[in-house]
Amino acid sequence: MIEASVVHASNPVTEFGVYVHIPFCSHRCDYCDFATWTDRSELQSVYVAACIADLRRRVERGSVPLASSVFFGGGTPSLLPPTDLMAILAEIPLADGAEVTVECNPDSIDRAGFDVYLAGGVNRLSFGVQSLDPQVLVGLGRTHNPENVTRVVAAARTAGFTNFNLDLIYGTPSESREQWAATVHGALELESPHLSMYALTVEPGTPMGARVREGAPGPDDDDQAAKYEAADEIVSAAGMNWYEISNWSRPGFECRHNLLHWATGNYLAIGCAAHGHDYGRRYWNLRTPERYIAAIKNGESPESGAETLDAATRRDEEFALALRTRFGASAEGIDPLVVSEMTAAGLLHTEPALDATNARLILSRRGRLLATEVTVRLLAENSAGTRYDGVLIDFGKEPTSARGQDIGLRSSTR
Amino acid sequence: MSVQSQFRNFAIVAHIDHGKSTLADRLLELCGAVETRDMRAQYLDSMDIERERGITIKAQNVRLKWGDHILHLIDTPGHVDFSYEVSRSLAACEGALLLVDASQGIEAQTLANCFSALEANLTIVAALNKIDLPAAEPEKRAAEIEKVLGIPADEILRISAKTGDGVPALLDAIVERVPPPTGDPDSPLQALIFDSSYDTYRGVVSSLRVFNGTLVSGSSLRYVNANALHDAEEVGVRSPEPVAVSALGPGEVGYLIAGIKAVGEAKVGETVTTAANSGTALEGYIDPKPMVFCGLYPVDGDEYVELREALAKLRLNDSSFTYEPETSGALGFGFRCGFLGLLHMEIIRERLEREYGLSLVATAPNVEYRAYLTSGGSEVVDNPSVLPPSNQIDRIEEPFVDVTVLTPIEYVGAVMELAQQRRGEQTRIEYISEERVELVYTIPLAEIVSDFFDQLKSRTRGYASLDYEPAGYRVANLVKVDVLLNSVAVDAFSTIVHRDKAYEYGRKMTEKLSELIPRQLFDVPIQAAISGRIIARQTVKARRKDVIAKCYGGDVSRKRKLLERQKEGKKRMKQIGRVEVPQEAFVAALTLDS
Repeated sequence: MIEASVVHASNPVTEFGVYVHIPFCSHRCDYCDFATWTDRSELQSVYVAACIADLRRRVERGSVPLASSVFFGGGTPSLLPPTDLMAILAEIPLADGAEVTVECNPDSIDRAGFDVYLAGGVNRLSFGVQSLDPQVLVGLGRTHNPENVTRVVAAARTAGFTNFNLDLIYGTPSESREQWAATVHGALELESPHLSMYALTVEPGTPMGARVREGAPGPDDDDQAAKYEAADEIVSAAGMNWYEISNWSRPGFECRHNLLHWATGNYLAIGCAAHGHDYGRRYWNLRTPERYIAAIKNGESPESGAETLDAATRRDEEFALALRTRFGASAEGIDPLVVSEMTAAGLLHTEPALDATNARLILSRRGRLLATEVTVRLLAENSAGTRYDGVLIDFGKEPTSARGQDIGLRSSTR
Repeated sequence: MSVQSQFRNFAIVAHIDHGKSTLADRLLELCGAVETRDMRAQYLDSMDIERERGITIKAQNVRLKWGDHILHLIDTPGHVDFSYEVSRSLAACEGALLLVDASQGIEAQTLANCFSALEANLTIVAALNKIDLPAAEPEKRAAEIEKVLGIPADEILRISAKTGDGVPALLDAIVERVPPPTGDPDSPLQALIFDSSYDTYRGVVSSLRVFNGTLVSGSSLRYVNANALHDAEEVGVRSPEPVAVSALGPGEVGYLIAGIKAVGEAKVGETVTTAANSGTALEGYIDPKPMVFCGLYPVDGDEYVELREALAKLRLNDSSFTYEPETSGALGFGFRCGFLGLLHMEIIRERLEREYGLSLVATAPNVEYRAYLTSGGSEVVDNPSVLPPSNQIDRIEEPFVDVTVLTPIEYVGAVMELAQQRRGEQTRIEYISEERVELVYTIPLAEIVSDFFDQLKSRTRGYASLDYEPAGYRVANLVKVDVLLNSVAVDAFSTIVHRDKAYEYGRKMTEKLSELIPRQLFDVPIQAAISGRIIARQTVKARRKDVIAKCYGGDVSRKRKLLERQKEGKKRMKQIGRVEVPQEAFVAALTLDS
């Protein structure tokens, strides 16, 4: 059972997020396919100015509600001079008690930087640690020394940060189960209140992708599953709870900005390649910093694409994202037969909802690892028969009888 | 009208690649039937498949003028699958031209067809072709022919169909040696159909030979075996372009169009007489029965209706294959089809794909079994998946064939080994020359149908040739092997095999499927079983992880698209019990070398 006093799922109506993308890194990691560049430091100040101009324009238009969360992601936000980053933050209207996170590389930040962050309003840090094993770090093409992590976490704490996250990656082909367990234990020793643990994914177009295509061993699903289960075991025993497939925290340290994403809340995209969401409209900005800067300079929209989701797709998306979380997804409209199949298979359990409406479907540990399959099955077979069939039906407006007819129609064509 | 003494009717009997079509081209040129500028290679082979594969599928006929004589050349198919069609073509002739490659020598197929011609009392005119090639050994090959067929070596002509060398002498020899027909013009009409094809505009066009009486254009006709009446809309001869004539007299060969919509109503072997006459059927008519069967399914289930229409159209043109609807848990809706043999099966499938733009998957070919039940009844089984349970079966019989293989002496061991592996019993071995041997085996047809021919070719480096004829049904120790996916039998992989080969089949099939079937939410056993007893097993371990761990920077669209792709993939899945299998896995399992 979820303890209601600890945390609620984000409220997508009252919460509002701002995501700021900082596309600069000192070094590109071998597995990374994010929008980031290592050779454009001369652009940094112009880029910061563009982000500020973008924000100002929007605020002046009155289109930016008070933000309940701000997230500086990258790239490596900590690579920017901290005062530059704080200049951007200063443009964002903040709600009381807003969560403000900066992603940091352990190598590119120090005590002085933390002081500036804290003074500017940052109250949460996220460190890209990935592994505490030097050998595994080499396999990932990472530069930092694990000892830097201990040092930088201590510096953050001394500066006054109590809320921070460590990003870890598991399932590098050369990583042993023992090496992974040692990393997890090491992270716990650092007393981080939040851990994000991601399975290494090989993306095409990365140095690692090229190596795997040429025959180098890639990550193995079974190995990654075992490592996921081991990590969940270890951190749960240490008093942390999973609240999303790849995220664990001590009670009260859930990331508010992430919760907003998973609750299909609204968030503004600032910077190149950033994604935003506004009541069913998902959009993304121009991918390169140059194009983003140029668009802002010319007074044009920095968006490069958008899609407006119909009601059925929004419901499916909401369901799929909610199912990834510990709060689960509403069982409304889902075929009870599939639910009981999935439950019997040990992939799912149901909990009565806190507000006593519908039961909620919550993934088991095994189910989390198979979330794609479980989601597709629950949605594909749902009793309304309208999901994923490409038929646009406005749920609220269709009378029940019409939905019933719909089932007959579709099952006859299957 | 010409008199019978001027006619010479002959067929060409030759092995594939021994130059039959090239010789036909030369004959057309020499006799002035085709202007040089209109000439094209393989003139008489009109289908694309015939030209590409260098084979003749449909019998053709052409009227040639050589001096004062009129020659009717009947070009016959050269493959064992069509031996009935060959026999009817031969029945329309008084002579046969045996054409043998001067370097390769006589082959099994030629031998079989030549014996058929001798049995039909045809005069054989033998010729060695390709004497222009350096590898030609006409003396040796002539001696072989004399030894095997009793045709004196000094009577065997030497020609090159390619250069035309010796071809005029060959035409003269045909005129001299082949007797003219001796039909009775005053008897009631008796004509033999030896080929029928379907023309979109004109309906069925039949090739026929008049034996007695006269076939008059516009007259009313009776098709004796079908017991049906039709009007002779058009009668004509091919020289080689069709030319309408008012009548065909005794001994003449030509074509008949009688407003018929499907070749099944004007079958090869049919006797045509006048409507007024009750008519006596010519000897030798049979309705050839399919010997090889397989399921044909559209790769895309949506093409089922197109497939049904294509089969119906193709059958207008070829009445010797059969089809009936069947359903497979693995492959969906399709048809169980019967064919005269493997080549016939390949041709039909290729024509369906090529002429009708379909993409098809075929189950492994099988023969027709007879299951005798303990209850005293019996069943004919052309689909292994519907064989009754073993406890109801007293015995199973399968068709056997007498197989003749001609091979260079150095491969005799290899051929014997292959025949023994395929449950063959040797009935004869004969050295037809110092370097070539004729081997005769009785072998279950099912063993030929798998990949016997390919194996024979590879083990003899292509030098051996093969022919076979039905040798009746025999009891055999046969079992049905089922392939089970999570305890549910997959019909498309059920097979009937000899007990000694059941394990091998089961092992191969389970291994193959275990590589092709994606991991599920639970362990999936893949088993091969004989009447419920498991003989082989593989396990596809349960999938443990499929989740995309990271949701980068709020890019939800990417994740949703992945789910949508996954969902699209599910639509193409076939559900076998609780197991989801992509159609492609079944197709791959059936297409991979089995």
